[in-house]
Amino acid sequence: MITLNINKKNYNIDVDPNTPLLWVLREHINLVGTKFGCGVAQCGACVVHLNGEAVRSCVTKVSRAVGQKVVTIEGLSENENHPLQKAWIENDVSQCGYCQAGQIMSAAVLLRENKNPTEQDIDNAMAGNICRCGTYLRIRDAILLAAEMQRKEKK
Amino acid sequence: MKSFFNKHSYILPRRMLMVMFVIIIVIGVANSAFMATSNAENLELQQKKALDSVASVKAFADVYSVLMSPRCMNCHPAGDVPLQGDDSHPHAMSPKRGKDGHGIYAMKCGNCHQPENTPGLHMPPGNPKWALPPSNMKMVFEGKKPRELALQIMDYNRNGHLNKAQLIEHARDTLVKAAWNMGEGRKPPPLTYKEFVKAWDTWIEKGGYAPKQ
Repeated sequence: MITLNINKKNYNIDVDPNTPLLWVLREHINLVGTKFGCGVAQCGACVVHLNGEAVRSCVTKVSRAVGQKVVTIEGLSENENHPLQKAWIENDVSQCGYCQAGQIMSAAVLLRENKNPTEQDIDNAMAGNICRCGTYLRIRDAILLAAEMQRKEKK
Repeated sequence: MKSFFNKHSYILPRRMLMVMFVIIIVIGVANSAFMATSNAENLELQQKKALDSVASVKAFADVYSVLMSPRCMNCHPAGDVPLQGDDSHPHAMSPKRGKDGHGIYAMKCGNCHQPENTPGLHMPPGNPKWALPPSNMKMVFEGKKPRELALQIMDYNRNGHLNKAQLIEHARDTLVKAAWNMGEGRKPPPLTYKEFVKAWDTWIEKGGYAPKQ
């Protein structure tokens, strides 16, 4: 039995410590916002925050998360009102939407560490998140908008 | 018959003892000074004997073959993006070095590279210390000729500020050892780890000489 802290709640789960975190999130806790993409840390669809870092949950053993803080797309904000979520809706970013949870979780780390990112910063930060619909330009615009919203909220 | 314990017979041995004592002290001091000089000379001689440019350069050839193998060179790139695979192509997704060598924003090494290898063919290899050298001390291997690399490694200001003893110890580092355990689908360096350590130690202990080319 292991205990995980996910989105500020503790969960006791009976699972092999080698199980990927993604499996535990989706199959045991029913947090299905995080998606399975490639399963080999190549696409970014499964990004969640582990102590604030954008880890790929498909290759992260659940044992690595024990005693740490996990945040999924469901826990990114209280009322789905993170500047990125608002900017995503404002810019109609999603097409099929499958990769978007991972995109937003990666972008959230960028905006936490860089309040005023350039387009190059965004490209560098988001290079590991693939979108097969090709929404990259809308993703970039939404991140710029979210950064602006975030700066205004702070004032 | 004179008593053995008369005045003269008592004083004379005492004087003799004093003289002998002084002589012993003088000899002792002289001897220790001689021994000290001799030890220093021996140490210098031993150090000189330990230095051997031919053996050192020969050992570095083996060291170089390992350092330039993909398992070492891929994380000592000339640019700010690591290399990948046995053909040392630029890393997919172009992760950047970052200030501390651990990547930037959502693209930090540890986000994919776990503390241990992820099982499976070509899955991300892992190590708790997985990183590139930091941006202020890039320690580039890629493209370096043997002489350039040897001089770089022996240069305190370009090798991560390691002295000779720390350099020797560095071959025992967990991230260095990881080169021989990089997960499925990756060719190991051309020497065994044991052979590498022997060559590394020999190169440095014999003087850390750089080859002519």
